[in-house]
Amino acid sequence: METLSWGAIVARLLSQLLPVWIGMAAVFALSFGFKRRLGLYGQLFDSTIGMIGFAIVLFWALTGIFADTIITFDPLQQISGMKNKVPGTPLPEAVAGYRYYLLGGDNLARDVFSRMVSGATIVMQIAPLATLFAFMVGITLGLPAAYYGGRLDTFLSFLANLILAFPVILLFYLLVTPEIVQTGLPTYMAGVLFLFPIIFLVVLWNSRYFTQRGKRAAYLAVTLVLGLWLYLGVAWNADPLGLISVPPNILIVFVSVVFVNSPTVFRIVRGLALDIKTRDYVAAAQTRGEGPWYTMLWEILPNARGPLIVDFCLRIGYTTILLGTLGFFGLGLAPESPDWGTTINDGRKLLSIYPHPAIAPALALMSLVLGLNLLADGLREESLRD
Amino acid sequence: MVPFLIRRVGLMLLTALCLTFIVFWLTNLPPNLEKLAKTQGTVRMTDAQTASWLETRGYARPLPVKYAEWLGLIPAWTYEDSYGNAAGRCIGDGIAPEDAPRRCGVLQGDWGQSSVFREPVSEIIGKRLWLTGKLMFWVLLVMVPSALLIGVLAGMREGSRLDRTLSTFSIATTATPEYVSGVILIAVFASSAVGLKWFNGTATGAMEDATFANFTLPVATIALFGMGYVARMTRAAMAEVMTAQYIRTARLKGLSFGAIVWKHALRNALIAPFTVIMLQIPWLLNGVVIVETLFNYKGFGWTLVQAASNNDVSLLLGCSVVAVVVVLLTQLISDVGYVLLNPRIRIA
Amino acid sequence: MIDRNDDGPILEIENLSISFFTRRREIPAVMDFSAVIRPGEALGLVGESGCGKSTVALGIMQDLGVNGRVTGGAIRFKGRDLTAMDEAGLRRIRGSEIAMIYQEPMASLNPAMTVGRQLMEVPMIHEGISRRAARARALDVIGDVRLPDPGRILDAYPHQLSGGQQQRIVIAMALMSKPALLILDEPTTALDVTVEAAVVDLVRGLGEKYGTSMLFISHNLGLVMEVCDRLCVMYSGEAVERGSIGDVFDEMRHPYTQALFRSIPLPGADKNTRPLKAIPGNFPLPHERPPGCNFGPRCDYFRPRRCDAGDIPMMTVPGNDRHGSRCLRFGEIDWNAPLPRAETQASAEIGAPVLQVEALKKYYEVAANALFGGHRRVVKANETLSFTAHEGETLAIVGESGCGKSTFAKVLMGLETATGGSILLDGAAIERLPIEKRGTDLVSSVQMVFQNPFDTLNPSMSIGRQISRALEVFRVGKTEAGRRARMLELLDLVKLPREFATRMPRQLSGGQKQRVGIARAFAGGARIVVADEPVSALDVSVQAAVTDLLMEIQRQNRTTLLFISHDLSIVRYLSDRVLVMYLGHVVEIGTTDQVFAPPYHPYTEALLSAVPIADTNVTKRHIVLEGDVPSAMNPPPGCPFQTRCRWKPQVPGDLCETELPPMRELGGGHQVKCHLAEDMLAQMEPVITLAAE
Repeated sequence: METLSWGAIVARLLSQLLPVWIGMAAVFALSFGFKRRLGLYGQLFDSTIGMIGFAIVLFWALTGIFADTIITFDPLQQISGMKNKVPGTPLPEAVAGYRYYLLGGDNLARDVFSRMVSGATIVMQIAPLATLFAFMVGITLGLPAAYYGGRLDTFLSFLANLILAFPVILLFYLLVTPEIVQTGLPTYMAGVLFLFPIIFLVVLWNSRYFTQRGKRAAYLAVTLVLGLWLYLGVAWNADPLGLISVPPNILIVFVSVVFVNSPTVFRIVRGLALDIKTRDYVAAAQTRGEGPWYTMLWEILPNARGPLIVDFCLRIGYTTILLGTLGFFGLGLAPESPDWGTTINDGRKLLSIYPHPAIAPALALMSLVLGLNLLADGLREESLRD
Repeated sequence: MVPFLIRRVGLMLLTALCLTFIVFWLTNLPPNLEKLAKTQGTVRMTDAQTASWLETRGYARPLPVKYAEWLGLIPAWTYEDSYGNAAGRCIGDGIAPEDAPRRCGVLQGDWGQSSVFREPVSEIIGKRLWLTGKLMFWVLLVMVPSALLIGVLAGMREGSRLDRTLSTFSIATTATPEYVSGVILIAVFASSAVGLKWFNGTATGAMEDATFANFTLPVATIALFGMGYVARMTRAAMAEVMTAQYIRTARLKGLSFGAIVWKHALRNALIAPFTVIMLQIPWLLNGVVIVETLFNYKGFGWTLVQAASNNDVSLLLGCSVVAVVVVLLTQLISDVGYVLLNPRIRIA
Repeated sequence: MIDRNDDGPILEIENLSISFFTRRREIPAVMDFSAVIRPGEALGLVGESGCGKSTVALGIMQDLGVNGRVTGGAIRFKGRDLTAMDEAGLRRIRGSEIAMIYQEPMASLNPAMTVGRQLMEVPMIHEGISRRAARARALDVIGDVRLPDPGRILDAYPHQLSGGQQQRIVIAMALMSKPALLILDEPTTALDVTVEAAVVDLVRGLGEKYGTSMLFISHNLGLVMEVCDRLCVMYSGEAVERGSIGDVFDEMRHPYTQALFRSIPLPGADKNTRPLKAIPGNFPLPHERPPGCNFGPRCDYFRPRRCDAGDIPMMTVPGNDRHGSRCLRFGEIDWNAPLPRAETQASAEIGAPVLQVEALKKYYEVAANALFGGHRRVVKANETLSFTAHEGETLAIVGESGCGKSTFAKVLMGLETATGGSILLDGAAIERLPIEKRGTDLVSSVQMVFQNPFDTLNPSMSIGRQISRALEVFRVGKTEAGRRARMLELLDLVKLPREFATRMPRQLSGGQKQRVGIARAFAGGARIVVADEPVSALDVSVQAAVTDLLMEIQRQNRTTLLFISHDLSIVRYLSDRVLVMYLGHVVEIGTTDQVFAPPYHPYTEALLSAVPIADTNVTKRHIVLEGDVPSAMNPPPGCPFQTRCRWKPQVPGDLCETELPPMRELGGGHQVKCHLAEDMLAQMEPVITLAAE
């Protein structure tokens, strides 16, 4: 068999990604249909830039979700004779399965396309979730810092600046090493950081329903039971039911990314809250005797959501870059992991001779971050309108 | 102003102390020390040998004591083995135990000895910083003017075609981390696969003699990433200024568009980017580490990676002090500069 | 080009139409607008927000932005059509022949440029004169706008000047090239009343001195009367009536003009016997204008199939000087028919004392400089504040910004605690009880209505939920259903349709939002309601409705209302007693009649004179206060008002500068904080006199 031409490669790629196209078409059709009823998300479809961004992000999200049906080979499978082969190279006759390495083979004779698609799953699992946790931590600390001011603010701001003054890479090199995992430090950090979402939700319900005992008890019970179960499983690897567990090297990556992101979120939340604090509706809440947490979480926070959503998108992109950085320095994830950063790092050694193993994940990462940036831009533009 | 500066410098020292203590603590965790022992000694040491290796080199003592020694607050450790050979923190090559000073920490100007390079930390850092400084100088020289120009051109007529083009360009550059743009640039301009081969794929030669061929790619890689962000900030500031009332006032005074941009808008619009550029410098440090690794340019970032991956405690501490000072100094400059540029805050 | 005729009008606007184009539709902002301004004439343009008056001004300047376009008609300045002029031609006219001044003086000045450079720029670009000559001219003009120490001012940055000084600089900048036409768009709205009076006085004087024609845009009929010769009333994009001040004020020929006058509190109006009459309904949105007369749906004289049949042209009112009205029926309406008498409300009976404030003090400590810290200074926001408020009474607290009225409100609400003195609510001391230590009863019995309608409701919570939340917190109603029923009742109480329960705040107009704010304040059966300028941000036609609502609910619930305001017209209309504050001190307190009649405190006298009154039958003594309100951080020694007091020379020695005057009883509970001797106070004449009708 002959090596495929570029046109044939593209055609095969497109057909391989069929589940993604169906998913995208469905999401877009539904969103357009109910555009006017979907609030800010619906408005997004009025902005070209926002739509392009959303499409790219959706593409990678769906690729991550359907990775198992899209990939043509196991991302770790090595097929002899396929080392560093150019895109479109056919497989030796003897090997079963898909006939081509669509985007070529890497220096260990693995399929670049399948590795790139599997990389999307890893990024799409870690980046949004880590960003969400960073937001919970930043919000839970940023709101009181702005609301109370004074010493609490000075102390928390000092802590945030302390972490920000650390060069990120130094921090990663110190935290994300097998030796540190041995000491159990990541578990303790996870123990502290993962408490914040639970605290956040408990305070949220409590402040809202303190006048209605029944409702409060119900909401708190659900939050605490679910939250503590997840907490024990994720942070301490001690799920009583034995369903949830996170490998320690993933946990350390996750924790360090949350840790690095939260101070910035803290600063953003604090700035927004300082501004919104001066509004009359906050004073109105205070004059009817609302507690500080109600005021913070139900009066201030919902009105800061515009900029926060925009920053959330940008920050997922930034987290993706950080994950790539970790991979690039070979920190945290296993060396054979198909995540984009690690793959780029692997490919760069032979870059001047065989660029394709590094270029594919590089373009993937770049397009995802670009999509997130465009999405954020579209959201910002639309939320400023009217 | 003077009390303000004193307070800021005090805060800086406090931050540096906290940070170095954290680095000290992390690098002195038992597994890290074991690793150090095994890389410096032999890999096949038994646990007991490891323990004695650490013992004889002063590592097996309480953390605060070691930290205080590093600072030079208390007399340094000494150790005398059963043969009467003295060793100690301050006892090194060519210094007899009798002549060694009792304290040799940061306060005495002694940053310790690098365990990887076997050279004094201060010498290594001085040499490497100079190389990185050269790189940064060119990066800033390329990045700042072009970022400001792009931002101002895009922001002065918001929504125009020029704005859309330049904005897309700056978004694209911010979305491309250094390890991606570096890889792409090398693949395009230096690989035999594409065949352009305009520039060199490594910058090792640039350490001695920087030329257009060997220095362009590293400089461009860092500058591109930082440029997009600064340009977007400049654009936002410029666009905001252009909608301000006083710009309308100027227009209704009969000023031409050029005069409005040049005389009324520019100064107000450049206040925000100044802060951003200053705060961007610590971020460039990240880029520096990636780019120096990628292009094999042995500057500060490369040293940092070497120190961190070998758990070279003294060198790491030295590096982190430098990094912290850079971060805090740029913050200070950005605050002071903001005040000087912005007459509204200047003390009346 | 038409030969310039010196006797011709300076500005002639003919059937001007302006539209803004959005992605979805064209929004007409101004339709078929015509006006003429002759040399030396001042034309007032009056209307509520959104009526298109500012668009007219920007249309004249040809500065409508990317979305705005002139879609019809012509604007002729000295015979040249501005709509057909190119960019370079416009640039030559802007700033040199037509100059514009607008609302926010701080925003109109470039913060990074000295005042001097901004002033000198104007003649330098238009006349090409040297820097030295320009500076000399700037010094001259700064003298003309009565700013002290011109040399220092020229080298200052805008932020170093006070609001009043900044507006004078903006005026000076407009006058630098001696323009033929000056456009002023709400030039005093952002200023305090006494400063406003001084600026208006200045504008009028300069108009006469330079012979400049003026287009004066304002929502305030009183101000227009003081400044202008002629008047044009706008409603929803159209001019509805125009003519000379005298004609329009005394012989109005359009129902909207009439309704506008009936909704503003003029001397003689009284909440019990002669209440204000609000204009029913809402201002139509630009794309929902009714056919025919835009005012039709809200008009008392509306005739179906006639008023909504087709476009209505401007028609001349016979017998008057260029007086026109856009009403088909102006000939048939009996304009002198007395207002149908609303039923006279029994004035609420004033009950036992509810709130007693005794020598209340509130000091703040602030850092002198936000960024650099520096030594801390004490702001004395409230000094020995004493008064009593009774059940069912409306007590007005009057003063300009920085007088400490809002600080007092905060202390009363428990958002701050007092530094000294006492506040007794039904005999119990609450001055040191912060809000979190107050019980539910206490919290719900002291409530507040806020100033800014756009800020008073949480934008991301529905109206119903916001009211229900107040009920929840005040523990009203046992069940969810009970609270919901009560919430709907509250909506009824403030005369909002029940469907509003599910609306979000952004779907409501300013007046409607303020009603929700009132409903929320009364949710827990408040005994004392503090209303902090509740209507000052609303349009005049809405103000009357909201004020009356507040009065009505107060009467029903026998609530004590503390009405904080700087607007003496409205205070006179609705309050039983008045308390005047200046720099944290109560300078005068008494019943409304006592305070509004001599003897006055000198500050009250100036304040009264500063309030513009839209009534040609009123003669007002003209008192202009020089300078600005001193900073509360650095108050003058002795009497707080001594720096601006025109009666100071009448007090022997330097008593005013050294000693704080005591509170003096003038009989009948009327108290004044002033050193003036009895006979001096007795000599004071009334500021406002109504001509016999």
